[in-house]
Amino acid sequence: MDLILQGLGEAISRILSFDPDVREATGAALLVSGTATLLSIVSGIPAGAWLGLNRFRGRDLVLSLVNTGMGLPPVVVGLFVAVLVWRSGPFGGLDWYCTRQAMVAAQYLLAAPTVVGLTAVAIQSVDPMLRLQLAALGATRRQTLGILVREARLPILTAAMAGFGAVISEIGASLMVGCNIKGDTRILTTAIALDTSKGEFGSAFALAFILLILVFAVNAVTTWAQQRRRPL
Amino acid sequence: MRRWSPLLAVLIAAACVRPGGSVDRPEVLLATTTSFQDSGLLDVLAADFQKHTPYRLRATAVGTGAALAIGARGDADVLFVHAPTQELAYMQDGNGDRRVLVMHNDFVLVGPPSDPAHVRGKNVFDALRVIASAGAPFISRGDNSGTDIFEKNLWKQAAVSPTAPWYVEAATGMGQTLTVASEKRAYTLSDRGTFLARKRQVDLQIEVERDPPLINIYHVITVSPKKFPKVNVAGANAFADYLVSPETQGLIASFGVDKYGEPLFFPDAGKTDADVR
Repeated sequence: MDLILQGLGEAISRILSFDPDVREATGAALLVSGTATLLSIVSGIPAGAWLGLNRFRGRDLVLSLVNTGMGLPPVVVGLFVAVLVWRSGPFGGLDWYCTRQAMVAAQYLLAAPTVVGLTAVAIQSVDPMLRLQLAALGATRRQTLGILVREARLPILTAAMAGFGAVISEIGASLMVGCNIKGDTRILTTAIALDTSKGEFGSAFALAFILLILVFAVNAVTTWAQQRRRPL
Repeated sequence: MRRWSPLLAVLIAAACVRPGGSVDRPEVLLATTTSFQDSGLLDVLAADFQKHTPYRLRATAVGTGAALAIGARGDADVLFVHAPTQELAYMQDGNGDRRVLVMHNDFVLVGPPSDPAHVRGKNVFDALRVIASAGAPFISRGDNSGTDIFEKNLWKQAAVSPTAPWYVEAATGMGQTLTVASEKRAYTLSDRGTFLARKRQVDLQIEVERDPPLINIYHVITVSPKKFPKVNVAGANAFADYLVSPETQGLIASFGVDKYGEPLFFPDAGKTDADVR
């Protein structure tokens, strides 16, 4: 109990004093996960919208693969990306092992299927009459897609938040490809694990508290989007 | 989406930018042991190395067994490890270029304060034999780390083969293993540094220490550029030279004294393994 109270006390003082280690880990986590999520959004929303709108052979297989991707174990992704970016691997020339780039790549692989899958569902759940109407009014495919995405923007926001939520609290892949380097690839989750194994619980609590706030913020946005879209 | 692309470009650039130096290849890839990172010495030396040389250190802390495997594929430039027998095999396979003694610390056999198997004060081999014959719980790292290899060697030298149920593999890092040993009232082998760092949080005490077989020696090995042409030779040599420079050796000697009242590591540049033992 002493340990917990002492840890909480130290956590609060570290957060209030903008402790450099806490600041660095928070900044790195936001930057890496933010970049990975933005890349997933930029590529995943068009891909998801396209999947939601089109019917083609093998579509069910593609959707199953996307859904499997939503549950990819981070350590498996970490292992694959590590093997790819080691110097002896096929992308060894990039020299990405132990870098933020490799972490962004791994987190992208974790977040993108979530964004694609949830966007596809969101687009499909838009009233089918709207599509018919747009076709009757002579909208081009591009215009149709744009309007449908706008119509489904809140569920798509949920998709983006789910992607971010998955990667900000992820540790396996980030540790394996990023190596937890202080001031560079050390993010909230990897710093918590290291501080715990070093016995520095105060610092670990401070980081855990920040991570919880971030996860809470993500869920608050998601809840807002879900509740708003429901008709009264 | 288009509105976001400038922001995206900035974010990607920010994520990728690293301060470079004036050398051709500033990035040096180090594969090392978890105890080096868990003690906090890695962070201190990495920051100091980057301050005094144009190089940037990318270190992956994976355990000595894994570090040697990474080196044997040419996936790192330089290794910092503590398993002399395995290191010699590594060198014999032609995977290394230079192998230099840097420092040592020692292992301690720790256990519950009540010392149920009565091993306190014995030499380490006798202590292990007593633990085995009493069937007292012993937690092993079980992760092929330098400490794990060292511990398995001690059992071999003591001519005992540890078995379940009293011998348990935790398959985790040193800090966690100490927590497990404390919770299970078991004995375990720890490096002195990690034990000192965790002493206040665990209900364990030193049973056997300062016995010559418990000396733990750290070497730096540069990965062979002949076998692996992609290696950053200049960077690897710069790090090896940095570790044995008088200034770094001084840093190593004083590391942890302010926090634990005694040093965690003892600098050994210029000595041989025999001098240290």
